[in-house]
Amino acid sequence: MTGQEGAGLEVSGLGFSYGARRALNDVSFAVTQGAFCALLGPNGAGKSTLFALMTRLFTTPEGQVAVMGHDMARAPRQALARIGVVFQQPTLDLDLSVRRNLRYFAALHGLAGREAERRIDAALERMGMAQRADEIARDLNGGHRRRTEIARALVHRPAVLLLDEPTVGLDAEARRAITAHVHGLCAEDGLTALWATHLTDEVWPDDRLVILHRGEVRADGIAREIIGDQSLTDRFLDLTGAST
Amino acid sequence: MKPLLIALWAITTREALRFAQQRSRFISALVRPLIWLVVFAAGFRAALGLSIIPPYQTYITYETYIVPGLCGMILLFNGMQSSLSLVYDREMGSMRLLLTSPLPRWWLLLCKILAGTVVSVLQCYAFLGIAAAMGITIPPMGYVYALPALVLGGVMLGALGVALSSLIRQLENFAGVMNFVIFPMFFMSSALYPLWRMAESSALLRDICAVNPFTHTVELIRFALYGQFNGMALLWTMLATMGFMVLALWGYDPGRGLLRRKG
Repeated sequence: MTGQEGAGLEVSGLGFSYGARRALNDVSFAVTQGAFCALLGPNGAGKSTLFALMTRLFTTPEGQVAVMGHDMARAPRQALARIGVVFQQPTLDLDLSVRRNLRYFAALHGLAGREAERRIDAALERMGMAQRADEIARDLNGGHRRRTEIARALVHRPAVLLLDEPTVGLDAEARRAITAHVHGLCAEDGLTALWATHLTDEVWPDDRLVILHRGEVRADGIAREIIGDQSLTDRFLDLTGAST
Repeated sequence: MKPLLIALWAITTREALRFAQQRSRFISALVRPLIWLVVFAAGFRAALGLSIIPPYQTYITYETYIVPGLCGMILLFNGMQSSLSLVYDREMGSMRLLLTSPLPRWWLLLCKILAGTVVSVLQCYAFLGIAAAMGITIPPMGYVYALPALVLGGVMLGALGVALSSLIRQLENFAGVMNFVIFPMFFMSSALYPLWRMAESSALLRDICAVNPFTHTVELIRFALYGQFNGMALLWTMLATMGFMVLALWGYDPGRGLLRRKG
């Protein structure tokens, strides 16, 4: 076990390069257990690279990622067991039903039988998808597919939920509903969430906010305090010089 | 141990389900060797005389000779097909789901290979059944003895497929696999003609065929179908399986950053 007391997710001194191009440079932040943290950055800021390192899709010798105190490099299985991930790209098997998709994922976490079914039912219920459990994923609309992916990420009861631009391609209503759902998971179930986005309207004033630009942390704190008397969009543009 | 077996079962049934949903894939996987058996063999029968070589104890028809090679062909094409689907899964993102599981990565990759092997072996038996219906029969126990040989061959070629999929950056590059892996591996083997025949035209070519692991997989299957054991073929196939496995694990090592995408 390692890391800061009470931190669900801790990233310290993380650096990464694609050949000569520096993608992340000394990135450090910690998210308290039960907090919703928005990782805001323009396209190309390094958000997806950071997610790949946090989910061990690839590794780096520079810096450290700890999930509930488990170091991703030294204890990857314990760390991965505590995170749920919603990837930017859709990862549902469209030919399978919602329930079968969740069952497959549960098995990848070593869960089967009644216990898996119980957890699947609870996760679908939590995301308001219980009525659609037997529908084929291909027949769902974009918002419901995303909800299914979030429900899937909850099946193994993770402590930390990582969401990489989960509202891409959704309409305003679906975006708002999913953002509210994940905020609810943090407030009511004590889940720690890291929500990567480039859309400022998905950040709530009391959220923890980390602004990433060109692979570096430009601001880290409570959104309301970072914004000051500006709008978040203006503040974000000030810090990044980019358009949202 | 139980979580590992749960994952194995889930990955295997998913692969089988996916295969069952793609009937055209099943039909094309069977049509390919059958065309070779019916059309190619008909033309070659007259041109190619075969002497009595182990494991055969009498003169055999050319069709009988190529049946084990065509089983190998099914395993080879299926191994490459799973490689193609892995590249597709990687481009589509669903590979990430597998690789972020807390189970050991080597086990997850092995599950993928075993799942593909189950599908391949089922196809081999369907092909052997059709060949039997055409009068190309094998001693009844041969069908049983062939099972471990087919499984080992399937695992070897599946591991090769996984290793190759880690080297292919984009789906478009897959055509190269056809030209540089499948065709040389198949044609430079004992699948279609015995090695002594090859030696008559080129000793070098014969030597290349002799070190081709696919030759040994085909021979392992050939001997097993006739209830005989070929130790050398087993050794070569096992060595190649281990080599391809190591290459596959290296290919999917997170330190190598296979899934690197700029974000």
